[in-house]
Amino acid sequence: MSTDFVIHNRCQLALHRLRAGEGRPLLLLHGLGERSPDAAPAYADRWPGPVVALDFTGHGESTKPIGGGYTAEILLADGDAALTHLGGATIVGRGLGAYIGLLLAGARAEMVLGTVLADGPGLSGGPSVPTSQPVFSFESVDGTPDPYALIELGRDLRPPDYAATFSRMAVQRSALDEPITVVARFRPSWLRAVAEEPGVCEAASVADALVNYRS
Amino acid sequence: MLAHGGFDFARTFDSFAPLLADGGWRVVSWDHRGHGDSDHVHLYSWDADLRDAAAVFDHTAGRQAVSTIGHSKGGALMIQLADAQPHRFAKLVNIDGIPSKRPIPDVAEHDRTKMLVGELTGWLEHRQRTAGSQRKPGTIDELATRRGRMNPRLSSEWLRYLVTVGAAEAEDGWRWKLDPSIRFGGFGPWRPEWALMRLAGIGVPFFGMLVNIEEEMGWGTVPDDVRPFVPDGGRLEVLEGVGHFAHIEQPAEMAGRVLEFLGGPA
Repeated sequence: MSTDFVIHNRCQLALHRLRAGEGRPLLLLHGLGERSPDAAPAYADRWPGPVVALDFTGHGESTKPIGGGYTAEILLADGDAALTHLGGATIVGRGLGAYIGLLLAGARAEMVLGTVLADGPGLSGGPSVPTSQPVFSFESVDGTPDPYALIELGRDLRPPDYAATFSRMAVQRSALDEPITVVARFRPSWLRAVAEEPGVCEAASVADALVNYRS
Repeated sequence: MLAHGGFDFARTFDSFAPLLADGGWRVVSWDHRGHGDSDHVHLYSWDADLRDAAAVFDHTAGRQAVSTIGHSKGGALMIQLADAQPHRFAKLVNIDGIPSKRPIPDVAEHDRTKMLVGELTGWLEHRQRTAGSQRKPGTIDELATRRGRMNPRLSSEWLRYLVTVGAAEAEDGWRWKLDPSIRFGGFGPWRPEWALMRLAGIGVPFFGMLVNIEEEMGWGTVPDDVRPFVPDGGRLEVLEGVGHFAHIEQPAEMAGRVLEFLGGPA
């Protein structure tokens, strides 16, 4: 495994090359509080291209910011930095990474050829409407994951219609007929809304979903 | 406590705050992260601004309740902080910082999607450029002229003064201190009208002011959308003939209104 670092504003993001290959890269996005795996997962065994994995800001070997300030939209820009570095990819997102994968699929439909949304930590996010949320602060801690990431990204608002807009953007602008595949068994409200959109399909496993996205 | 608006900084209260001090108040304000003299940081978010504000309240007043005035974004922040931590607030004044529902253009779904794609692309391209970027240098007059596009109703004399306290001078000229990674606009799941839900629950004396002249930095809030959410016993006034920066346009009149509401310090 080798690691490149890509720059997103003041953060260095670790982009791990888990396995070499020919063709379109498979980009793995981890769940909330996780980090990239050390090796390509078994579900990618039949993927012909390279397998790479991104550590989001505040996770793994990427920069841990001072004083928090995480949003899903910032992680979208993390993913965009990785996509730009790779020149395009198929995405497998776990949990929080699935939500970010959806945002990327909509925002960068021309660069994302297939996104698989899988179970994992941080899949649900916070409420879909505002609530009285506590304002808090932590003493500084060493290492990742950043506690601010765990709290702020664990409660960010994910209204179903907002998520559905991104799946529509992906479907309208992608070169694929079905650019998004849902394999997650847990279906928070944002994911239920996405799964009901035209052009979003379902599969029993990540490996099954990737069959349709092989170049 | 005074909370400034987005792209502003504490020194934008330099004409207004001394008038409150003349009324007997100790007046404190702070630069939001990335603004004025505060640090440029890795990330910016509403949650982070709230946390920073709570730290300022802790530092300034400990667990004591204080009277607070927020302008624009600072006003909306203070509504949310007063909802999350009501013990910090004695009275709350809001100057043109109450958002109401954003008018949605009457366009087809497909066109709306294209508009969002345009916003997203612009934002992501901005994020790709921000590493190492700097604000454009210029003379005091040039920076004042640029800011005048955001503050068309403020005098050139005031804008030139703002440059001297809100910009830093280097060999190649003056640059606004504002972090260049902070950008107008943006997108996200948040909806302006959600602030109204929190406004309705404010439990301390509340005085909100909206202005009736729209301008670049204003929010176009519709007073009739806000009135149903004014908290019990609260006041909402619409100020005629003044723009979004009412406290800078008319510092004496605004200080008079605020002091009449606040009374003197306990």
